[in-house]
Amino acid sequence: MTVIIDKSTLKKKYKKVAYYPGCALEGSAIPYDKSTRAIGKALGLELVDVKDWNCCGAMEVKNIDPKVETYLSSRVLSNAQYKNKLNVVMAPCNGCYKNLKQAEYELGHSEKSKDVVGKISKKAGHETYKAGEVETIHALDWIKMGYGEEELRKKIKGGLKGLKVANYYGCMYTRPRHIFPEKAEGAGGDSSTKPHYMDDLLAVAGAENVEFPLKTACCGGAHTLSDSDMSTKLVLNILEAAEAAGADVIATECPTCHSGLEMHQIRALKRLSKDTNVKVIYFTQLLGMAMGLSARKVGLNGNISNSTKLMKEKGIL
Amino acid sequence: MRSVAQLEVFMEAPTKQGVSPEELAQNYLQVGEDMLIHWLLAKELVPSTGKKEGFRILALHRQGCKGDPSFNACRETCRELAYFYTLITMEPNSDDMVTRLSMMKMVAKHLVLFIGSKMQVAEVGEFCCSAKVNRLDCDELKTRIGVK
Repeated sequence: MTVIIDKSTLKKKYKKVAYYPGCALEGSAIPYDKSTRAIGKALGLELVDVKDWNCCGAMEVKNIDPKVETYLSSRVLSNAQYKNKLNVVMAPCNGCYKNLKQAEYELGHSEKSKDVVGKISKKAGHETYKAGEVETIHALDWIKMGYGEEELRKKIKGGLKGLKVANYYGCMYTRPRHIFPEKAEGAGGDSSTKPHYMDDLLAVAGAENVEFPLKTACCGGAHTLSDSDMSTKLVLNILEAAEAAGADVIATECPTCHSGLEMHQIRALKRLSKDTNVKVIYFTQLLGMAMGLSARKVGLNGNISNSTKLMKEKGIL
Repeated sequence: MRSVAQLEVFMEAPTKQGVSPEELAQNYLQVGEDMLIHWLLAKELVPSTGKKEGFRILALHRQGCKGDPSFNACRETCRELAYFYTLITMEPNSDDMVTRLSMMKMVAKHLVLFIGSKMQVAEVGEFCCSAKVNRLDCDELKTRIGVK
């Protein structure tokens, strides 16, 4: 069934959302957090931190007990609903975003999951989250649908003219497909096979998006510790593909991918003597700079990948 | 059929000179098919000889992921291989030929690294369907399930 997305309704709905930074944005991905908050402020989109949030369960808990993972994510949704009194949670981290979506799906389709979540919630002494009460969105949805491209265009100052960008979504923004039914709704929505929201936003900001066939490929983040060499090879291939596509920059929207690309870029040079020069920058940082925010405000110096020189050369800073 | 290690070595090697773009595209598509055959054998399935949308690689992927609501992260990679194969063979005089071949090679390499690593290295985690089958001896599996 094709559903026409009502943009004006979403704009109102996403104007003020519960913000779930998750562990990464308070640790390894502080520049992502900083730039997300900065562009929210600049665009007049209100972010209210989820009260007393906890880890979404990430990948570690899932391997031990997926029901506990569902509970952990459900508690975040419960807090947004009952403590923040908000019905939209925005999660910029792909892992958090996927896990909240997964919990939503499990609670809507599995009696066992509902039962386990109900029991643990009761024992923990908080309201049990029920499927359908809170909508989880990504930072890309938040800007694209909550603000809109036409309005964003008016906010662009210097823009990203002359900057060639490979948009890298990673594997969890669109997978598994069955938990993202809205990505198959067609007109106006994103796609699970060829996502384009980041491409759309950065094009509005003046970037030249390159054709990048590995935009949803796995970065090897899940086994970066258990098999670091394989992660390095996977990342190196992604970096080389971006360079072969002519990109100056890989734009990211997942903290795991971002840190993986940065770390393994260095590791590839040390271990495999393979040097790549493409820079790795969060899309929120690129948007912020296009809107005239300073490098400091978007946390550019917090990245491992040093892109200051490139940004200056391109006239973006 | 080449082993996973042989496929990785093949993808790491510089591109041979004097080979036509069509032949190179066929080679990369074959690498993808071989990798999926390894994956299917490890799942103890007899690899399909059929085609989906004109490509065996798509039929093999469909077969391997059937009934498994997993990440299916290799689905788009397989489709990208089919896409580049079509571009390269249908537009032999394109100005973009060098870039297209380079991209197709990297897509094929990703597939080899992505699926291959999960079948070669222990304890890499249940992150995707391809991680659920691990490190099984290909020849032994072929014998067990009757594949020649």
